[in-house]
Amino acid sequence: MSEPLAIHARGLTRRFGALTAVDRVELSIPPARIYGFLGPNGSGKTTTIRMLCGLLTPSEGEAEVLGHRVPDDAERLRLEIGYMTQLFSLYGDLTIRENLEFVGEIYGLATARRRRRIEELLEIYRLGDRAGQRADTLSGGQRQRLALAAAVIHEPRLLFLDEPTSAVDPQSRRDFWESLFQLVEGGTTILVSTHYMDEAERCHGLGILDQGRLVAEGAPRELMQGIDATVIEVETEALRAARAVLDRIAEVLSVAQLGTRLHALVDPTWDDAEGRVRAAFAAADVSASVEITRASLEDVFVAATLPSRREAAA
Amino acid sequence: MKSIRRILAVVRKEGLQLRRDRLTFGMVFGLPIIQLLLFGYAINQDVRGLRTGVADLAGTQRSRVLIADAEASQVVTVVRRAGSAEELETLLRRGEIAVGLFLPHDFERRIAQGGRPAAHLLVDGSDPIVLAAAQRLAELPIPRDGVPRESAVGAPRFELRAYYNPERRSAVQVVPGLIGVILTMTMTLFTAVAIVRERERGNLEMLITTPVRTPELMVGKILPYMAIGMVQVTLVLVLGSLLFDVPVRGTLADVYGAGLIFVTATLGLGLLISTVAQTQFQAFQLTFFTFLPQILLSGFMFPFDGMPQPARWLAEVFPLTHFVRIIRGIMLRGAGLPEVSRDVWPLLIFFAASMTLATLRFRKRLD
Repeated sequence: MSEPLAIHARGLTRRFGALTAVDRVELSIPPARIYGFLGPNGSGKTTTIRMLCGLLTPSEGEAEVLGHRVPDDAERLRLEIGYMTQLFSLYGDLTIRENLEFVGEIYGLATARRRRRIEELLEIYRLGDRAGQRADTLSGGQRQRLALAAAVIHEPRLLFLDEPTSAVDPQSRRDFWESLFQLVEGGTTILVSTHYMDEAERCHGLGILDQGRLVAEGAPRELMQGIDATVIEVETEALRAARAVLDRIAEVLSVAQLGTRLHALVDPTWDDAEGRVRAAFAAADVSASVEITRASLEDVFVAATLPSRREAAA
Repeated sequence: MKSIRRILAVVRKEGLQLRRDRLTFGMVFGLPIIQLLLFGYAINQDVRGLRTGVADLAGTQRSRVLIADAEASQVVTVVRRAGSAEELETLLRRGEIAVGLFLPHDFERRIAQGGRPAAHLLVDGSDPIVLAAAQRLAELPIPRDGVPRESAVGAPRFELRAYYNPERRSAVQVVPGLIGVILTMTMTLFTAVAIVRERERGNLEMLITTPVRTPELMVGKILPYMAIGMVQVTLVLVLGSLLFDVPVRGTLADVYGAGLIFVTATLGLGLLISTVAQTQFQAFQLTFFTFLPQILLSGFMFPFDGMPQPARWLAEVFPLTHFVRIIRGIMLRGAGLPEVSRDVWPLLIFFAASMTLATLRFRKRLD
């Protein structure tokens, strides 16, 4: 391995009382990549990010971030990372420029460089015409651009983004991701958490977190190709009846409705799944077209988080 | 160098926020003004015009002179006439009068014989200040035969004035201590809320991922409020001088020096509260929890010498106790800071201890 890893975590675990929020997570994230954490609320995304920033002490395991041990070496790491929190954490009663000035000074940027950098950021993140406006009067998208600008003002090598687009409209989300790719082109490594599939698909590498465990990991395309299930798509007029048939088959792991179609995940060891499902429909006198299809990222997510949901149901 | 830059960044940010926070900004000026007017005018411990009932069963010239003397002292105002001691007691119980003056049938004979007290003073003892005022009334000499009327009346008037009269006196005593009370209230509250507010609004999570160090953050938060403290000192001094003619017998430099030392101690306490409280509401509660004993035990409201020993020990811990002594010494007795150093070093110790504790308690972690 020639390139040193941006983030390397072994057996990272964090417990809050009886709850294990993060459970033996292993991470090897190369530099200049966007790595995504995909997972539902409470899956341990934020806790993992906080441990990697040095804000939380791991209960067990260890992590190196940009070659620094966390949390012991966190103070030195702070100059090299940027962290955009899930909730807006800049000052609502300061203007855009004042917020950037403050963060720039805190990071010790010399006056000339700070001025230049702030102008640059106002330009890149299209905040120039609102520089004098107070942050709490901004829209969700503007506020998020300001938060990103503040997080990268000191040109960090590594950027943590905790659900950065949760309060933002789709167009702003697209723009936001464009700016993330620009940062990566400049050599920045980005770790982003999300629960949007379309965002997860844009990442170079993806880790699916469920109840604190890393249940699947890889590039989105790999994950979709290597899914541990057969995906069957059913098109029918009698959706409810078809669904009832599928629910009765033990080998069908999960069914989801997508418009007028049903999407079923089927046990991959079940031979000729397509044929057997067709037979089941015929037996139940339900007319439907059945075919095997490519897995989407959502299928990957559902398949990866199935075991824990089975446990919860049992 | 970078450290100073970061401190200044926090200072500037706090200043900007403070300027935009109308409520807090109003408190900076409103609180001293309101308190000064309250304590200067309304809460006046010079008691006068106590509602008084008189039962004059003697009805002699001498008894009438005594009543007139009592009224002339301005401590009492006769509002009721009664026919018996029982009637006075009833009035007292109903709260219609605060003082009853009873002159018995044998008033003249008692004076002639000496021995037994000639007159009775019935006092509503439930108010200590009223009681104290009435006790002085009891010291009124009774006019004697053969003594010229002028001197008989003149003597008690003179005595009452010496201890009591000028309304200035109360304000002069109160205003210096009031500087301490106002600073305690505002400074503790502002800093107590300072860090908690950042935590509540989520700013802290951003702040602790930056390279800013804990002492830098603490100092940066304290400095703007020190400046505000000095503004408040000035406000009280100017208003105290204009409205109540309160003197500054020591030097102004000593007054500000003492103020600055006291403000740092108070801010330390505020920051400590800030690291303990989880919400702004808790910060408020804790501030008032520390404020009340300070104001009661510091000697600002009640004489320190009248307190039981444990209360005095406790009071010695409070910054306000020491500041009240220092500032009275400087402003009223013309003392210099070195002369009151006995009360200066406890403030410095308090500041050092509270800042250290606050810095230790504040973690740049979320654990």
